[in-house]
Amino acid sequence: MMKFEYAPAPESRAIVDIAPSYGLFLDGTFTEPSDGGVFKTVNPASEEVLAEVASAGARDVDHAVAAARRAFEPWSALPGPERAKYLFRIARIVQERSRELAVLESLDNGKPIRESRDVDLPLAAAHFFYYAGWADKLGYAGFGPDPRPLGVAAQVIPWNFPMLMLAWKIAPALACGNTVVLKPAETTPLSALFFADICRQADLPPGVVNIITGAGDTGRLLVEHPDVDKVAFTGSTEVGRQIAQAVSGSRKRVTLELGGKAANIVFDDAPIDQAVEGIVNGIFFNQGHVCCAGSRLLVQESVAEELMAALKRRMAHLRVGDPLDKNTDIGAINSAAQLARIRELSDAGAAEGAEAWSPPCELPDRGFWFAPTVFTGVSQAHRIAREEIFGPVLSVLTFRTPAEAVEKANNTPYGLSAGVWTEKGSRILWMAERLRAGVIWANTFNKFDPSSPFGGYKESGFGREGGRQGLEPYVDLEPVRGKAT
Amino acid sequence: MSDRVDVRRTAKLFINGEFPRSESGRAYEVTSHDGRPLGWASRASRKDLREAVVAARAAFPGWSGRTAYNRGQILYRVAELMEGRRAQFESELADAGAGDPPHGVSAAIDRWVWYAGWSDKVAQVLGGTNPVAGPYFDFTVLEPTGVVGVVAPQDQSLLGLVSRVAPAVVSGNTTVVVASERSPLPAVSLAEVLATSDVPPGVVNVLTGSTAELAPWLAAHMDVNAIDVTGVPDDLVADVERAVADNLKRVVRGPAVDPFSEDAQSPYEIAALAEFKTVWHPIGT
Repeated sequence: MMKFEYAPAPESRAIVDIAPSYGLFLDGTFTEPSDGGVFKTVNPASEEVLAEVASAGARDVDHAVAAARRAFEPWSALPGPERAKYLFRIARIVQERSRELAVLESLDNGKPIRESRDVDLPLAAAHFFYYAGWADKLGYAGFGPDPRPLGVAAQVIPWNFPMLMLAWKIAPALACGNTVVLKPAETTPLSALFFADICRQADLPPGVVNIITGAGDTGRLLVEHPDVDKVAFTGSTEVGRQIAQAVSGSRKRVTLELGGKAANIVFDDAPIDQAVEGIVNGIFFNQGHVCCAGSRLLVQESVAEELMAALKRRMAHLRVGDPLDKNTDIGAINSAAQLARIRELSDAGAAEGAEAWSPPCELPDRGFWFAPTVFTGVSQAHRIAREEIFGPVLSVLTFRTPAEAVEKANNTPYGLSAGVWTEKGSRILWMAERLRAGVIWANTFNKFDPSSPFGGYKESGFGREGGRQGLEPYVDLEPVRGKAT
Repeated sequence: MSDRVDVRRTAKLFINGEFPRSESGRAYEVTSHDGRPLGWASRASRKDLREAVVAARAAFPGWSGRTAYNRGQILYRVAELMEGRRAQFESELADAGAGDPPHGVSAAIDRWVWYAGWSDKVAQVLGGTNPVAGPYFDFTVLEPTGVVGVVAPQDQSLLGLVSRVAPAVVSGNTTVVVASERSPLPAVSLAEVLATSDVPPGVVNVLTGSTAELAPWLAAHMDVNAIDVTGVPDDLVADVERAVADNLKRVVRGPAVDPFSEDAQSPYEIAALAEFKTVWHPIGT
């Protein structure tokens, strides 16, 4: 049989023009930070510096919130159909520039171009389309005949899906008539800064969207700002807790989309090959930098051996390397800090007695990399079964009965998502009823759609993004409650 | 003044994405509201109408099988293309005697945008899950009813037409439209927009001609699932509604409100041309 040698298929980065430095996007223009602070953003696949980015201080945050406050009156007074048209324009420009933005996202984040091109960008555009369509239909959304916005929304997003998380935050906020100050993560600020340019191209009124960059301190200044009406955060449970404490006593509305430790549950009647694809997608998609990743595989004892053999065969074919290579399955770990955290937890797994396995794979010399890893012999007490690793590391546990699967799946402070693999429809629904998680995927995993609400139970946060439910965090519910009493 | 002789358009039927003349060879002269001749329009026959129904039926599985998101994108693109042809629509509305042609065109474009956004929302607002008293997962979805005949309003030849066609096609129905007899040209221009948009052939078919002839044929056609009688003349309504009963077509009529107002658009217009399907599934290990 003829054997095909591997040949790289790199996407050109020539389509992206990254400036040497970026200011803050305040009131419709790029502005230098008031205290002159800057930081560098690097390509995690090469450690090459991509650009210098402004670090916003207290005065900058003040300016951003003030710009959003000034823009709020006219923006919220704009008729819904007109607000909708701005969002439709943004959606269209995101579509037009999607190839450029996909390459940019892969450069700044390290994710495979196949994912930024086929998942992040199409979903981001779709999200703007979906909420554009709500802006002129809010009276039908179930919040009374004329739902009112909250005011200025402070939005802090993570580094794992920078552009998509931006869309999840900005689209519903604007559709309801709020204005926003958004802070992207310090390791992935570039796509949000490019989005600022898209706002200008759409002729969005100045101040409706403000983008400030910086690290955790900037984020803290933003969410604690007294003139902010709404705080929306996606990130770690640890920071989510800090935010919940920081806003306590204020009347700010808060939504938090935090960590997860999802169970991906495979029954003995599941089609093994499909389940293996789902397991691989569940934990290795986006290097496992996914809050809803299926990081705990719960497999029914009778098929555990067969499933593990098939999973290892499949893992041996995963290609780790250059994010811009269209063949790549697993790209770079987003930062040195995240790589250190993955290593620390992975070492803990081995130290606590679980058995690690990785396929032979060559990792590049420069950049941040971690080979796809599966741990067997994991007990529920092990740290790798309890803590969110946020990397390409899968922990495997077994069960015998559906009740035991439910027990183990729910044995976590998290509750973001879960997967169920079985040919039996009634069992899918029985499991779905009992799993304490905000999203249940049956015979599939990591599916997202703007019309489908997403968010967690328990310490995975509260509030939903997507769907009709995704409007609620940006609507003033007080008048509606008033009517109900 | 240029002495160039302008090239005039032949207004034709729009069936299955193509622009045939009536197979009957008939046409009628179209005039402006003040009697100026505007050209000729095809006078569709019963056979043309049957061809249009065949095209609509053939287009139904593909169109209704697309994702709601995709249909929404396509309807939004119709609005984009209409914006580019604004001058032509405005001049046709002026010929038809519209009070404020630019307003009429804007309202028609905005109506496409409004209904485009409903594609992936109407099921969320009007469908849902049903908490039945037993171990069953039970949910209700909204599906298009099939081929819809639309007798467009005689006045408001553009906004009235869009207001009736958009809610029909957004959910996945396919349509056979009888254009305003008095002012058919905006409908013909809309057909030309649809032909160059991404709306698949057969989803919207446009017939021009005698409403009095065409409406009863449409009402009696056994492969039409629903009919919108908004543009049926008063003296024909009883006949049309009697013919409709043969295969129990759904009958809808546009609301008697200002077509420019928000009351003239509603998700219930979509629901009126849709079926609710309820699915039961047991829950258990």
